[in-house]
Amino acid sequence: MAKRIEASNVSSYYGNFKAIDGISMTVEPKTITALIGPSGCGKSTFLRSINRMHEVLPNARIEGRLTIDDQNIYDPDVDVTAVRRLIGMVFQRPNPFPTMSIYENVVAGLKLNGVKKKSVLDDAAEQSLKSANLWNEVKDRLNRPGAGLSGGQQQRLCIARTIAVEPQVVLMDEPCSALDPISTLAIEDLMFKLKDRFTIIIVTHNMQQAARVSDKTGFFSIDKTGDPGRLIEYDDTQKIFSNPSEKKTEDYITGRFG
Amino acid sequence: MTLLQNEASDVVMTPDNIRTRKLPVAYNIGIAVAALAIAAAIVFPTGIGNWVLVVVLGVVFYLIGLQVIAGRIEGPRAARNRMWQAAIYCACVLAILPLASVVWTLVSKGVSRLDGDFFGSSMNNIGARDPNGGAYHAIIGTLEQVGIAALMAVPLGVLGAIYLVEYGKGKFAGTVRFFVDVMTGIPSIVAGLFVLSFWVLIVSPWFNNGTPQFSGFAASLALTVLMLPTIVRSTEEMLRLVPGPLREGAYALGVPKWKTIVKVVLPTALPGIVTGVMLAIARAAGETAPVLLVAGGAAAINFDPFSGGQQSLSLFVYQQAADASRYAPARAWTAALTLVALVLVLTIAAKLLARRSSLR
Repeated sequence: MAKRIEASNVSSYYGNFKAIDGISMTVEPKTITALIGPSGCGKSTFLRSINRMHEVLPNARIEGRLTIDDQNIYDPDVDVTAVRRLIGMVFQRPNPFPTMSIYENVVAGLKLNGVKKKSVLDDAAEQSLKSANLWNEVKDRLNRPGAGLSGGQQQRLCIARTIAVEPQVVLMDEPCSALDPISTLAIEDLMFKLKDRFTIIIVTHNMQQAARVSDKTGFFSIDKTGDPGRLIEYDDTQKIFSNPSEKKTEDYITGRFG
Repeated sequence: MTLLQNEASDVVMTPDNIRTRKLPVAYNIGIAVAALAIAAAIVFPTGIGNWVLVVVLGVVFYLIGLQVIAGRIEGPRAARNRMWQAAIYCACVLAILPLASVVWTLVSKGVSRLDGDFFGSSMNNIGARDPNGGAYHAIIGTLEQVGIAALMAVPLGVLGAIYLVEYGKGKFAGTVRFFVDVMTGIPSIVAGLFVLSFWVLIVSPWFNNGTPQFSGFAASLALTVLMLPTIVRSTEEMLRLVPGPLREGAYALGVPKWKTIVKVVLPTALPGIVTGVMLAIARAAGETAPVLLVAGGAAAINFDPFSGGQQSLSLFVYQQAADASRYAPARAWTAALTLVALVLVLTIAAKLLARRSSLR
């Protein structure tokens, strides 16, 4: 079910600007990996490279190899929509589709990819909303617009939407940065629950969050503005936060830098 | 010194007193009455104008008086606020006045021929001395011509806008956008001439044993040329307003690009697109020159838009207004009223439809 992600020597470019340089890391199935680091250090760029969302932006391109269970997702004969069906993504700001109801939002991925059977859709909607800890709050108003929910609920709706298509890997790009502490806690609980089924990679600015939820942590940094981001250290979360091997990592997590 | 002390000397607000005096409503009305009275006293004895000038001068005096007197009572900042607010209301009324006047004229003059005969008969065999006769043929013509034009222009325009926003990159898209902008400024008579020389004189003989012929379809073509740039530009603007994260959200679910556009981007932009399309349709329905050039107009009912001259409501208005018969002006007014009502009904229907499909 959940798959292993392996990046070897991945560099991303926006036009001539090199955003990240030579990232190599392996993410094991059914783990939570946190990516931390100062703003502009390429965490999000790397995350977006993993499901080829990077190339949505004009002039963006990638060098290196990114494999999911030994299949290179950047091979020329790979269908980009297939990659994105395998590797789902939750964005920083909740982005429910404004013209769709809560129900339609959750099953949007299935419906737009050709699933028509009502029973399958109903099932998927209920299961995903339950997995996203949202079912009890919205079960009586599934036909109301998704945009009418609170910020935290909208983000959980987007998570439900993402897991409804049964991806192997879920990428989260600062999913809690627009949320209050209680909604954040709800989403962290949710991540633990989802870990049994999915491989999760999360970008976060909140180091406590990284320490709380993740099994492994990668620390990204840049030397100065305009330089490409690099992966400084990648290790067990426990080790990164208690006894990092790199001086830079220690400086960052103790708050002396960045 | 705090900011509060910037006020007038006798309405000083201090950190301990943030209340101020307000201009009583009676004063306000008093200024208005006085302003009108002064204006009347200037205008009427000198004989330089009628009541319209009194109102205009009155408004100017009112605004000045308001500024001066409110400034004494409330302080200059509050007075400026009051004066500009009043000025904005006046501008708003001024903008609505012509519209209201048009509607009033249309209704009052158009109502006299608002009868079954007008909507049930054509001008066939109606002479200068016949009081009856109607616009049935013109209504059919307008509906067919504008309908066919919309059928051609809306899909083309929306698809063109989708190309420009979602796919178009580089020189070709820039060229397309430039020519769409140029087309927006084409005078309708030029569109009519283009269709006359191209369709009526060159293409239509192929279908009519070598003789050129007028047709409602030719009018539709000319209207399409006029509608297309409006629809492309307005749809383009609306599609650009759809936030990028929505598209990314759909891509991240493994939804292909074309389906993202059809199922996420277009529905989100739909109300705005409908507004743009209705503006284009309303403009096309009011066009006279191209219809005159390529459909020719007709007195009789012609259901077939592909063969023979056809009437349209705006052309009917033009011809009746220029007609010597003393019964013609009434017909022109009623036809104009019908045209406005038609566009209004279409617009309201389209807006309701768009709203129903986007919100629950």
